[in-house]
Amino acid sequence: MSTITPETLIPERPEAEADLAKPRTLRNSYTGRDHAFRAITFTGGIIVLVVMLLVGAFLASNGVQAINEVGLWKFLTTANWAPESNDFGIAAVLLGTVQIAAVALLVAMPLALGTSLFITEVAGGWLKKVLTSMVDLLAAVPSVVFGLWGAYMLQPNIVDFSKWISVWFGWIPLFQVDGVDPASPLRDTVPFTASTFIAGLVVAMMIVPIQTSIMTESFRRAPVGEREGAFALGATRWGMIRTVVLPFGKGGIIGGTMLGLGRALGETIAIYLIISPVFEIKFHILEKGANSIAAMIALKYSESNEFAMSALMAAGFSLFLMTMVVNFTASAIIAKSRSGADSEG
Amino acid sequence: MTVLEYHDAASGPVAADAPRTFLPQQDRDPAPAEQARIRPGASANAKLAVAGAAAAGLSMGLLLTAGIGLIPPGWTLIVSYLWFVLIYSTLVFMREQFSAVRDRFVTVLMVSAGVTVLGTLALVIGFVFTRGQEPLAYWNFFSQDMTGVGPLSGLDQGGILHALVGTLQQIGIALAITLPLGLTTAIYLNEVGGRFAKVVRTVVEAMTALPSVVAGLFIYASVVMVITHQTNGFAAALAITVLMLPIMIRSADVVLRLVPGNLREAGLALGAGQWAVVWHVVLPTVRSGLATAVILATAHGIGETAPVLLTSGFTGVMNFNPFYGPQTPLPLAALELVRSPVPQMVARGFATAAFLLFVVLVLFILARWVGGQEAGKATDAQLRRMAARSRRDLPRIEKNYHDFNYQQEKE
Repeated sequence: MSTITPETLIPERPEAEADLAKPRTLRNSYTGRDHAFRAITFTGGIIVLVVMLLVGAFLASNGVQAINEVGLWKFLTTANWAPESNDFGIAAVLLGTVQIAAVALLVAMPLALGTSLFITEVAGGWLKKVLTSMVDLLAAVPSVVFGLWGAYMLQPNIVDFSKWISVWFGWIPLFQVDGVDPASPLRDTVPFTASTFIAGLVVAMMIVPIQTSIMTESFRRAPVGEREGAFALGATRWGMIRTVVLPFGKGGIIGGTMLGLGRALGETIAIYLIISPVFEIKFHILEKGANSIAAMIALKYSESNEFAMSALMAAGFSLFLMTMVVNFTASAIIAKSRSGADSEG
Repeated sequence: MTVLEYHDAASGPVAADAPRTFLPQQDRDPAPAEQARIRPGASANAKLAVAGAAAAGLSMGLLLTAGIGLIPPGWTLIVSYLWFVLIYSTLVFMREQFSAVRDRFVTVLMVSAGVTVLGTLALVIGFVFTRGQEPLAYWNFFSQDMTGVGPLSGLDQGGILHALVGTLQQIGIALAITLPLGLTTAIYLNEVGGRFAKVVRTVVEAMTALPSVVAGLFIYASVVMVITHQTNGFAAALAITVLMLPIMIRSADVVLRLVPGNLREAGLALGAGQWAVVWHVVLPTVRSGLATAVILATAHGIGETAPVLLTSGFTGVMNFNPFYGPQTPLPLAALELVRSPVPQMVARGFATAAFLLFVVLVLFILARWVGGQEAGKATDAQLRRMAARSRRDLPRIEKNYHDFNYQQEKE
């Protein structure tokens, strides 16, 4: 190698007055119509902003008022819900919400991952289109329909499975069910109905479509060159998926799963139809009796006076804060995984 | 460009002396058709392995459950499936390398996941329609309300017309608010922009996370308890609005983002103002996408149960006035009927849910049909219409041209 280092040559004399040049100032010239258009759409934006902030502020102010009555710490740690005697908190319902959402995620995430890989990597041609449409259709099914299916079809059929788990894995505290004698020959399935597990299963089916569509979209973006490269190096399809599709779709997997989590936290009617509400901190997910913030609001609103209403709003506001954090994180992850994948044509 | 390139066979030849636009044609032979690569499908061996393993798995399942009764018969399918996976993996293992075994095993899992999801969809739809089929067979189910229908009344009395009216009025009011407001805001976010638009977009994004029951609670506490002192259809419509507005804005925003920037720039470069570009270029480009967004938001709004549970009130009587007295929409009617202990009421509830599902299905198919095209791509019929429109425009342009020449000559 020679020792000459390449050098950037700067012309000794700049072009005449080049250093003094300033960028042109660009001026928009709007006609009267354009001004009217901008004013009207701006008004629309303001109205929407005001409405949305009003909803948030109303919930927050009422909620904070109720929380101040008992104090934040007591609000977070009390399991009971009796606003009339100033003894209420979201410990039990919050835990129930998280448990139902966790069951839903554990079931939905592998299903969604498998389905989206099936759609993008295995199925081809018309099957791909039909599958995509069907997943979108599943997303459009109203929650009351899912709730009816869960309460009247899934529940009677799944309780035997619940019982089987509790008989064989009951030594794990999570799957323990009290008050059941496994040696009894009678088919006693009542203690297994209306549980966190069954509610979680129904919610899982409701969040599969949103997770699947986000994951499918991110898997489609995996670059063709890398896919063909993997195949050319002798990879099997799974080898290609593991080394190309999954790493490229990581953002979509995480983001889609979290978006599903946001849905699961806020789901109401399906849970309301299935569970029998209890206000205690419990970890036995197969046992009868569960609760969630959303279901509690649907159950308690009608018997509430003004203060009890504020208490419910405090619970609702804390749920809203949770789903908002989850959703923002999810969309940030999805947006980050997308950046640079597209360019404007 | 598309308009000029398009030749319509039906319109006949253009007059020879008419002024025409000539497009530069590149004098090149069309590229020769590429020979398709040979893509070997699955070999007969691989296909037979699947079929054989399936048969063997099913046999093992039947043997263990129905045959010798080791496992309760409800488990037949699950046991068969596990045996199928085991036998199939073993079959592949006998002939192929381990990496191929792993590949097939994972493929089986992926297909199973897809089948489970599709199967659930079929089960949900099938179950609701089967349980609700009896009332659906009676015409009065769609033409009467529940006035005077007691627990013992037969299915030939009573129906859900009141709930249908409730749903139509409530979704109508909600659409009347969300449609103009939502589309205007989405256009503002995309076409006007600026720092304030970013704030609006963030707040809208945050509100899409609002749980539906909390929206209902908000309207119940702020409208029903304070202003109207009773549940009514308008309150339900407001609750649906609070939920639908952010969804509508976000999906319209996503659709508007698909408009290629160079279309907009072409319009501006031709001297059109901002409003003219939005009205004549941006909106026509995404018309089908916007229609899809609106229809899907409507389907979503119709299916919402939790907010109307708190705000609309429950009644079995027809109520045409959304501003006074309870007015039940379809999802709430389904929910309340199903919770009745009387079997016939439960059947009516399922029939209501089935009807609701049918409405959503129709809206979904409509959305697919309307939005089956990409932004900026036109169907053949649209291209023909565009060509006809530009042909109709030609005389005007010619007249302008002549007038201009005439003026020039006079001066």
